[in-house]
Amino acid sequence: MPSGVSDRGKGGRGLTSPPFMLTLSRRRALWAYAFIFLPLLLFAFFRVYPLFQAFHLAFIRWHADPGQRTFVGLDNFRRLFGDPRFLQALRNMGLYMVLAVPGQVILGLALALVLNALPRGRGFFRAIYFLPYITPAVAISWAWSFMLSPHLGVVNRVLRWIGLPAQPFLTSPAQALPTVAAIVVWQYIGFHIVLFLAALANIPKELYEAARIDGASAWASFRYVTLPLINPTLVLSVVMATGSPTIGILQLFTQVLNLRFYDPGGPLGSTATVVIYMYQVGFKRFELGYASAIAVLLFIIIAVITLIQYKLTARRID
Amino acid sequence: MLSKLGVKILGLCFVLTLVGLSLAAEPVTIVYWQYEYATKVKAIDELIKRFEAENPDIKVIQETFPYEAFAEKVAAAVPAGVGPHVVTLYYGWLPAWQRAGYLQPLPEEWFPAQEIESEFAPLVQAAKMNGQYWGLPTGVRTLALFYNIDLFEQNGIAKPPETWDELIDIAKKLTIWQDGTLVRAGFGMAPDGQDHHLVREVLIRQFGGTPYSEDYHQVLYNTPEGVRALKFYTDLALVHKIGEPDFPFPGVSGYYREGFNAGLIAMIVDGSFAIGTIKNGAKFRWGVAELPRLTPDGERHNFASFWMHALTPRAQGAELEAACKFIKFITSPEAMELWLQMVGELPARLSLLSRPELLNDPIYGPFLRALPYSHATFFVDEARQRQIMIDAILRVIRAGVSPEASLATAAAEEQAVLDAFWGKR
Amino acid sequence: MWGSRPPRFLFWVFLYLLVLLGAIIMVFPFVWMFLTSFKPLSEIYTLNWWPRNPTLANYYAVLQTYPFGRWFLNSVVVAIITTISMVLLSSVTGYALAKLDFPGKRIVFVGILATMFIPTELLVIPWYSMSVQWNWVDTYWGILFPGLIHAFGVFLMRQFFFSVPNDLLDAGRVDGLSEFGVFWKVALPLMKPALGALAILNFVGNWNAFLWPLIVTSRRDLLTLPVGLAMFSGEAGVQWNLITAGATLTVLPTIIVFLVFQRAILESVTTSGLKG
Repeated sequence: MPSGVSDRGKGGRGLTSPPFMLTLSRRRALWAYAFIFLPLLLFAFFRVYPLFQAFHLAFIRWHADPGQRTFVGLDNFRRLFGDPRFLQALRNMGLYMVLAVPGQVILGLALALVLNALPRGRGFFRAIYFLPYITPAVAISWAWSFMLSPHLGVVNRVLRWIGLPAQPFLTSPAQALPTVAAIVVWQYIGFHIVLFLAALANIPKELYEAARIDGASAWASFRYVTLPLINPTLVLSVVMATGSPTIGILQLFTQVLNLRFYDPGGPLGSTATVVIYMYQVGFKRFELGYASAIAVLLFIIIAVITLIQYKLTARRID
Repeated sequence: MLSKLGVKILGLCFVLTLVGLSLAAEPVTIVYWQYEYATKVKAIDELIKRFEAENPDIKVIQETFPYEAFAEKVAAAVPAGVGPHVVTLYYGWLPAWQRAGYLQPLPEEWFPAQEIESEFAPLVQAAKMNGQYWGLPTGVRTLALFYNIDLFEQNGIAKPPETWDELIDIAKKLTIWQDGTLVRAGFGMAPDGQDHHLVREVLIRQFGGTPYSEDYHQVLYNTPEGVRALKFYTDLALVHKIGEPDFPFPGVSGYYREGFNAGLIAMIVDGSFAIGTIKNGAKFRWGVAELPRLTPDGERHNFASFWMHALTPRAQGAELEAACKFIKFITSPEAMELWLQMVGELPARLSLLSRPELLNDPIYGPFLRALPYSHATFFVDEARQRQIMIDAILRVIRAGVSPEASLATAAAEEQAVLDAFWGKR
Repeated sequence: MWGSRPPRFLFWVFLYLLVLLGAIIMVFPFVWMFLTSFKPLSEIYTLNWWPRNPTLANYYAVLQTYPFGRWFLNSVVVAIITTISMVLLSSVTGYALAKLDFPGKRIVFVGILATMFIPTELLVIPWYSMSVQWNWVDTYWGILFPGLIHAFGVFLMRQFFFSVPNDLLDAGRVDGLSEFGVFWKVALPLMKPALGALAILNFVGNWNAFLWPLIVTSRRDLLTLPVGLAMFSGEAGVQWNLITAGATLTVLPTIIVFLVFQRAILESVTTSGLKG
């Protein structure tokens, strides 16, 4: 047996051994790195690297031949700040946010609470409310566009039947944006309901018992038991509803494109979103440099807004 | 008796022949892209069959994509060095695609400018940039008035309108409003369809104005004549109430055409590319008439457009040669004949345009007769310029802006777009 | 949880009515879509609710002209693989971010979160270049690689892992489990609702993805359902009867899958929470 081999395991090192001590925290840190190694690799390769590639495009004038792409510095950004359609899209984003985020989060939470309280049919209703989320946005946008048409649409028929006046909906520059926001809320509310139901399921019943025994009202028990415990989910819901690529209102694209395909963002740009504009600039006008500049700005805006939201809503649970 | 040298030479010849044969047998493959349109796809399939029969050393692969996604596919493919060698694009996209490096000009040796200009309809010059031709069309399209013969007869209307006033009168008879809801429109209004062309190239000119300067560097429609033209169009909805944009339903492809096919709209202005859809969709007798004019002997104007076949930078060397051969083939007179039969688009060659049976055809005639007085707008940024005119119209109809103010806003925005483009060059 | 007074009967009726009204609003467009898919083209613009001459012709047309079955299979394969990957990788990462301490944790979290704010539309170009370079175009891998992991999943799992009490984890460690054992045997089983939610949300998100699958596939038989659905429209017009038939075919399987799926995972949640 070779003499130099020590048969002491890791745990057998004494406190005086050099040089690297595998303390508890270090060991855990190593495990953490092991956990996140593969995911980080995938992120780096498929998201971060392309992100940098895309961002680099924001500073050039695009050309299909890489040799003919010229560096233009901040020119694209300068153009953006004077671009009335871009600025209009920005204004619209503010409006969308104000309508769609509270709409999804508050309504989603409220519906989840109601569904959670139902003694029977919870699963059935949850499936129903989730239905819009699982439909391809493309198809359902076409359907909504037809149903909301002022003259032939079902919605106006129903309105008239109840005695209310018919509405122009998507054809009116004033009503179009709120209508789109409502459709978005309709489509994504199931997402939030599912999230909140999962969160509510995690709250131990004992806490509610305790509150009840203490004489707390329904509202108080909501405020002091439910709300703090679902806080992480609330944060998630708000952040997702705002900035995520799937349902985030700041990245709204598919519905706006398909609700009014031959005049996307219309009428008169009243429903235009930043991503729609970016898509038109990049994929229809082939100005990918300009489009990347829009993406950079959007990224910054989303990051800032998300950070603010996070700071405002997140509470550490102890 | 062969000497050793002789054997070697024979052997060499044999090997060389084999090599030569195999090289010759190796076909050059080129890829052709166009958007999904059933009749066009079939027509190209047929043309490819014939082309490959004549050119056994060339193989052509056609790939098609939905219209909505067509530009995206090109945008992604060309810079990645893949995608088509030959691509079909709307002529209005030429400046944007060319500037971004997605096309290469048609080689002069294969497509001499003089030949093009003498053989093709003059509007093909919209495919010319920097003195070079960047594409050639197989078919061209103009606008005309489609009308519902059955509805006309049911309401005692004998013939299609010759003037705009007649159109308004006819439309008023055919429009039905019920409790504030439009049930049937006399005239289909679609600013985001073809009507922005109607205003820009037809109405403005008919009212005495000019949309652009000869070189398309200046916007010239912001004049009292232009305002009158815009007001005329918007009055159709606001004053005469014979129709409305977004009827029967908003913003989806060809909605006004669907409305016509369903009998909900009595008359529409549409391009010859719509003939197929209307033929298949309308279950009533329909007819085509030339676009109306202001007065019975007033000026006629029309808007013509085309999709052209162009080369991408990917076509080099042997593939470039094959691609040029292919483009020449699909823009030949025979190809255009087939295209007319299968797709319904008018031939782009002068020789075919003057045939009497075409000129007098009840369906194709009105489109064909319009070619001599058609204008093909040279768009530098088709998407944006189109949007500007659509918004000019909608501002008046939907947002209560006056035609003067709306046109002024549009002119300013469009001039900025033109300046930005021409200034760069 | 309703306080000291038991709610009255009327209250429950009101509540159920409210929920029912909401459900009707949710379901309304689908009912319309479903009914319209049986209408012949001539009836599309009439205002009647029920088709007067119901027909299956639209479905025949859709299924015959387009390889709907193949598209369905493609969507299923891609969605399942990405969901499995997402669930596994997200839980592992989310756990590390929530329950383990390591230098650089803050940066990693912020970095991962930041990737969420990039519009996919822009990543499409670099992804396509990558795919061309490595021959991933027109392959299953090409369609699914962007969906293998997403910041959303990490974020969701991290938030849910916060609710796991540290004492439980320590108990596991004391019992001799490795860190991975603690994660796998102690923490993860408590995450069933979260995992279920993540799985379903991701499956659906992937199922409906449009732009990337469109760009990376050209072969007709490799399309996913949403891309195939877009084929129905062209410069010629929108054929509502075909679209509603195609859309119904797209939605029905997901509805069935979801109904089955949700019972298995979400219903296993015990509402008694964490037992000691």
